[in-house]
Amino acid sequence: MNLLIKGGRVIDPSQGIDEVLDLVVENGVVKEIGTGLAAPAGAEVVDAAGRYVVPGLIDMHVHLRDPGLEYKEDIVSGTKAAVAGGFTSVCCMPNTKPVIDNKAVASYIITKAKVEGCCNVFPIGSITQGMAGERLAEMGELKETGCVAVSDDGKPVANAELMRRALEYARGIGIMVISHAEEPALVGAGTMNEGYTSTELGLKGIPRVAEDIATARDVMLAEYTNSPVHIAHVSTKGSVRLIREAKARGVKVTCETAPHYFTLTDDAVRGYNTNAKMNPPLREADDVAAIKAGLADGTIDCIATDHAPHHLDEKDMEFNEALNGIVGLETSLPLSLQLVRDGVLTFQQMVERMSCNPANILSLGRGSLKAGTPADITVIDPDAEWTVEPEKLASKSKNSPWLGAKMKGCAVCTVVGGKIAFNRKA
Amino acid sequence: MEFKHKHIIALRDLNKAEIELLLSTAENMREVNSRDIKKVPTLRGKTIINLFYEASTRTRTSFELAGKRLSADTVNISTSTSSSTKGETLSDTALNLLAMKPDIIVMRHSVSGSHYYLANKINCSIINAGDGAHEHPSQGLLDMLTMKDKFGRLDGLKVAIVGDIAHSRVARSNIQGLTKLGSSVYLAGPPTMMPPGVERLGNVTVCATMKEAIQDADVVMMLRIQQERQGKTLMPNAREYSRYFGLNPENVKWAKPNAMVMHPGPINRGVEMSSFVVDGDQSWILKQVENGVAVRMSMLYHVCGGELE
Repeated sequence: MNLLIKGGRVIDPSQGIDEVLDLVVENGVVKEIGTGLAAPAGAEVVDAAGRYVVPGLIDMHVHLRDPGLEYKEDIVSGTKAAVAGGFTSVCCMPNTKPVIDNKAVASYIITKAKVEGCCNVFPIGSITQGMAGERLAEMGELKETGCVAVSDDGKPVANAELMRRALEYARGIGIMVISHAEEPALVGAGTMNEGYTSTELGLKGIPRVAEDIATARDVMLAEYTNSPVHIAHVSTKGSVRLIREAKARGVKVTCETAPHYFTLTDDAVRGYNTNAKMNPPLREADDVAAIKAGLADGTIDCIATDHAPHHLDEKDMEFNEALNGIVGLETSLPLSLQLVRDGVLTFQQMVERMSCNPANILSLGRGSLKAGTPADITVIDPDAEWTVEPEKLASKSKNSPWLGAKMKGCAVCTVVGGKIAFNRKA
Repeated sequence: MEFKHKHIIALRDLNKAEIELLLSTAENMREVNSRDIKKVPTLRGKTIINLFYEASTRTRTSFELAGKRLSADTVNISTSTSSSTKGETLSDTALNLLAMKPDIIVMRHSVSGSHYYLANKINCSIINAGDGAHEHPSQGLLDMLTMKDKFGRLDGLKVAIVGDIAHSRVARSNIQGLTKLGSSVYLAGPPTMMPPGVERLGNVTVCATMKEAIQDADVVMMLRIQQERQGKTLMPNAREYSRYFGLNPENVKWAKPNAMVMHPGPINRGVEMSSFVVDGDQSWILKQVENGVAVRMSMLYHVCGGELE
């Protein structure tokens, strides 16, 4: 299928483009950007007047729950949610059942996504076999199969020696290690951020230093082993400071944060709201400010959702018993656009953090509208107002802290590999 | 004045007037408890289920007696006989109990906030008999009633609470209630047992030493040390804890001469309190227990929509 995306404001930080242009897609790749372009033979024309046209958004941190936990989400529903949220690529974490620690599971995901999925799916293998934190997984074969990173996300690699070896070994393979940075002993049985709110609610807290210590450790291990490391879901001002300092002295560290960490504080837990329960937990106002500052100055490279679907039965219960995590694919774009409206990021910077940077960090060959790149394109209406309604979410799970909330901005058309994967009905 | 709350889950949710109403009703209820025939027909035909997910002797018995003295039918369910061991969810258990048409469920549960969760699910009244480290409102009220018995007021009292504040629902309910009624609360305990930001809960001062907290106090409230919990990382052992944070005949003299000594029970004699203080002249511990029945009668009465005659 060929496409002409006409008259949109094309923003492509990879080429420094920001102007109203037409974009032609032929045979699944970007053919040309310019003014007054003619539609190729048989092309569908997308009127993008008043819209932004950007390199397809990439969420480098999602949980698709497939295989094994399909009652929460599967590759079909998860990628539907992705394209509805404007994402053309997602990287899925390995805490499936079984764990993505071998070629067979990775192949299953890649194959199923190709056949049934709505967007590109890049699996992330585990660092350790079974995510048990004991022996390294077969990173070489995982990479050969198509995994773009390794992570034991959801579980920190508690053993520092093992993490050191993982970083070294992965450097040899040429695969990125993504660290879930938390010191488990300090997390303990905590269920929310440790602070005034946890004191008032009588809930056991998770101190911010639990994350800071682990971030510091992994930054130091990366420095010592001269290996790259990517810190997942940064939530504390301490982590931001540590990463900023490490980057300044040349450590190969990158990181991401999630929309909930720059939008909500632990006040959202009040009422014992299990849809505000995640790991790491929502923090405090000074952390939110530090996360925004880190996004603005480039300390934080990426916005990723940590999309973590859970069944109602796993959330509708006493606070301590409820599972950690929230869905995020369908709310990430409007929440990130809020940063643009608030002057925290420019539109270009938002696109960098949601597309170019994750593509570069994981070498996905995307995140750009250069001629010849796969035609992954997101058309954004920055002003559309809508309400988060559970029955309208494409994800199987509805565990969002924003149910009923008003949102501004959305993807109106999501193009994956030159094909329209999602078209928002007016 | 009408009591407008359907549930009593936390003193945090009540205002000064509502707490005063519960206390003054409790004072009236005490008269019933001193009769030969300790029963009034106030809640005749009402059904109360005491649903206890944690062990309790004092609180459960006290709620049961409170219900019976108001002529309600009371049923007790404790974890060993409930279906939670069979893996039934709290919500399902409560809905099944609700199908039997109780008017009030009195619940104790180890998870903070579970009563709010339940209140969204079921349409009978819920009274919190203790949830995790959150609140224990009936204990807070009975403590306040006991202080009022001695001093005739709560306004202007200096109340010292000593022990593991972080894990104490008793401390939280007392802080919420006392500071709303004009008392000043002083906390002492090892920093490992002090929750962050606790001074923001009201007129609360965190003290560096036990002496600072109980100096010139009107009330000294000691909290139970649970050695199975605090013994791991929060303190070296009971011996050292007792040395710095135990109440004994010597350090009790730092408080005002007529100060009252309280403890929510059960007491570890020789750890947080020496037996000489537990059984001494300043101890109001058994009066607390006595007042517990009256306070719980008051709570049951008001959630049933009672009006003071």
